[in-house]
Amino acid sequence: MTETPLLEIKNLHKNFGKFQALKGVSLTVPNGRLTALIGPNGAGKTTFYNVVSGRYKPSSGHVYFCGEDVSGTATHKLVGMGLLRSFQITNIFPDLTVLENVLTPVIIHNGKSFSMLRSLKRRSDFKEQAEKILDMVGLAPFSNKVASTLAYGDKRLIEIAIVLARKPKLILLDEPTAGMNPEETDRIINLIKELAAKSGATFFITEHDMKVVFSIAERIFVLNQGTPLAEGTPDEIRSNQAVREAYLGGSLDAKGV
Amino acid sequence: MVGLFSKNFFVGFLVLILMALAPFFVTTHWVIILTEIIIMSLFAMSFNLLFGYTGLLSFGQAGFFGVGAYVSALTLTHLSSSFWVCLPVGIVGAMLFALVIGWFCVRLDEIYFAILTLGFGMMLFTLAHNWLSVTGGSDGLTIASMPVLSIFGHKIELFNPKFFYWVSLTVVSLGIIFLRQIVKSPFGLLLTATRENSQRVSFVGQNVRTVRLVAFTIAGSLAGMAGVLFALFNRIASPEMLHWSFSGKAVLMTILGGSSVFLGPAVGTAVFFVLEHFITSYTTNWMIFLGAILVILVLAFPQGVLGTLATFFSKLNGGRNSD
Amino acid sequence: MEGFLINVLNGLSWGMLLFLISMGLTTVFGVMGVLNFAHGSLFMLGAYISMQLTRWISSFWLGLIFAPIIVAILAIIIERFLLRPVYGRDVSFQLLLTFGVMLFLDDGVRLIWGPAHHLVNPPDVLSGVFPIFDQTYPVYRLFLIAMGPAIGIILWAFFSYSRYGKIIRAAAMDREMAEIIGVRAPILFTAVFAFGAWLAGLGGALAAPHQSVGPAIGEHIIIESFIVVVIGGMGSFPGAFVGALILGLLGSFGATMAPNFQMALPYILLAIVLLTRPRGIFGEES
Repeated sequence: MTETPLLEIKNLHKNFGKFQALKGVSLTVPNGRLTALIGPNGAGKTTFYNVVSGRYKPSSGHVYFCGEDVSGTATHKLVGMGLLRSFQITNIFPDLTVLENVLTPVIIHNGKSFSMLRSLKRRSDFKEQAEKILDMVGLAPFSNKVASTLAYGDKRLIEIAIVLARKPKLILLDEPTAGMNPEETDRIINLIKELAAKSGATFFITEHDMKVVFSIAERIFVLNQGTPLAEGTPDEIRSNQAVREAYLGGSLDAKGV
Repeated sequence: MVGLFSKNFFVGFLVLILMALAPFFVTTHWVIILTEIIIMSLFAMSFNLLFGYTGLLSFGQAGFFGVGAYVSALTLTHLSSSFWVCLPVGIVGAMLFALVIGWFCVRLDEIYFAILTLGFGMMLFTLAHNWLSVTGGSDGLTIASMPVLSIFGHKIELFNPKFFYWVSLTVVSLGIIFLRQIVKSPFGLLLTATRENSQRVSFVGQNVRTVRLVAFTIAGSLAGMAGVLFALFNRIASPEMLHWSFSGKAVLMTILGGSSVFLGPAVGTAVFFVLEHFITSYTTNWMIFLGAILVILVLAFPQGVLGTLATFFSKLNGGRNSD
Repeated sequence: MEGFLINVLNGLSWGMLLFLISMGLTTVFGVMGVLNFAHGSLFMLGAYISMQLTRWISSFWLGLIFAPIIVAILAIIIERFLLRPVYGRDVSFQLLLTFGVMLFLDDGVRLIWGPAHHLVNPPDVLSGVFPIFDQTYPVYRLFLIAMGPAIGIILWAFFSYSRYGKIIRAAAMDREMAEIIGVRAPILFTAVFAFGAWLAGLGGALAAPHQSVGPAIGEHIIIESFIVVVIGGMGSFPGAFVGALILGLLGSFGATMAPNFQMALPYILLAIVLLTRPRGIFGEES
């Protein structure tokens, strides 16, 4: 027996009425890697994330996380097991301070969600944990700013900090660079690389920017119209004819990859 | 930060002292009005734990207020004449109702939550209104004799408006301190986070329904606590105390004072009753003024009286965030 | 048997009034996303104004025509100056604003017409009773029962065939879509709000001879129409019709079969529907 894979998807289907968003996706995400999921618009990437992260229930098929069947398990339970995600549209607590944004998951992580009789101010241990994470993503200087007042790229970093605060085993990042300028993109790519190396979490990202994907992913899955098209190393994917066709005849080259 | 906390603590303490001394300086008439204000403040603040902190607009809060009133009236009639029994029994009664009803209501949010709480509140109203043999129907349950309150052997005359005021002030202050503790606790941050973005809360691993249910139950219990005092204050528990329009009052007083400031609902309650007192001495059409005030507030001062003041002063202080 | 029939008729006549109110409420919610607390007060105003017009010009029919128009004009003012500034704001503030308008209007009529209830006679043609088996039934209620479907059919034709009707229906189902196809939202919103108010005013004018006219009738009917709209599915027209019929019949049968529970029945129904189908019987699950 080999090591249990972190995430294993078997024949996953998701229908919305008559529309089949996912038509039998099977894939395995190994531990400790930076894996990417790509595919043209409407390939079903976000639906796939929504099913895996428990936002939607699968129509059929199975999701195994750390060897356990978690198909259709409630989101908050999946998070408790170590499966976290970010969203395409920034999903933070806009009117809370940056520190409070991270304190929230820290409190939950410490199992103190329902602690009411002790003041939060006296929990310096929580504050330290939160500040450590803010340090990691480089947001420490903004810790007392209200989240909504930060620049766009920094708001996306807050979301990553929120996710990290739960000490995840697997992080699904949905289009982490969407809407970012080149400078912000570089910053977040370096951060993801660094975190993948240091934090012990496995990253599984979707990304529309091929340059980003090929520069950081160790393994790539390609999804097209709800079905898996290919999987392999960046080099294998780059030279895969079916993938090139799916991306409208060589737009991979056009993107300078 | 610590300095701010102690400043707030100091101001709160000062207000409490002034409130406690008030009966020595005002007429009995005003003591009675003050009593009603502090009781209704607790009611409004219990509502605001849901509205301002958790982001849930409940139109059924009067239901739990009423349960507290009826349960304490029933306790006094059938069980015990002691204040030490009737208050906790009233609170626990409201808590149980809030727990059961909340279990259903937290499944929905936004407008659907508002309508469902209204529906359950009105079921409780109907229960009080129609269950003649237990609740006395539309006449309500009269409290024939005030409960006995003895502290270390001293009997406190609750018939005396001043003593009743002090007892109410003590109970309400304890309720408010408890609320303050909650909003400053880790759970309090979770409530605010749920209000801000409930989806994010469940995506960092917390069951949002549980958070909301706990908040709902605490809010219901504190509303019940206010209801017990209100029944004793009026010497009656009557169905109007459970009607949705009574819940609407809590909403109004909260908006009037400001839902984003901790003591906003209490200030709103005071403004509400003082305004009512003055306007009704000129005209019976107080609601027309209230309606107009509410419209103006929503349009021009959505932060309410205290919220607007707080923003104003924090700007004076060079933009430091007021608490 | 007679009792049953009488219950059905009573349920239908009340249901038809509820339908008119709920149609307006659900259209306004569907298009504008605003749950209008003051909608019942517009109904009440329709009743008072038609009563006043009937007194002045002693014609029920002219009252029936003009009262809803006056209510609609008032609604345009409310929409333009009060609602428009809060569209972008939190739902609860919109609810509170219309709540304030409701308090204002309800007390306003008390100021003008006094707190007492007024009785309004139906026009001569519709007064009197109709024999049913060995009992009699007021002709006016039968008129209401007939008016419901008649207005329903006119509305249906309007929404299915006229240009404006189609636009409103499209917008009620999908606001963003309406904006994409180039419907100018501000004018659409004003028109829809006025239309909803017109329906409420019409309901009020029709209700005046059916029940006494008093300052609390708006507050009473708004909660029932909330329930109709929620159980039918917010923004759904068939939902409003079915919901209104259910609530009307529940009221009349409840009153005779379970008088002690009658008041609670709509709320119990509401809770059951919301907990099993959170978006209502005809609502789209999100």
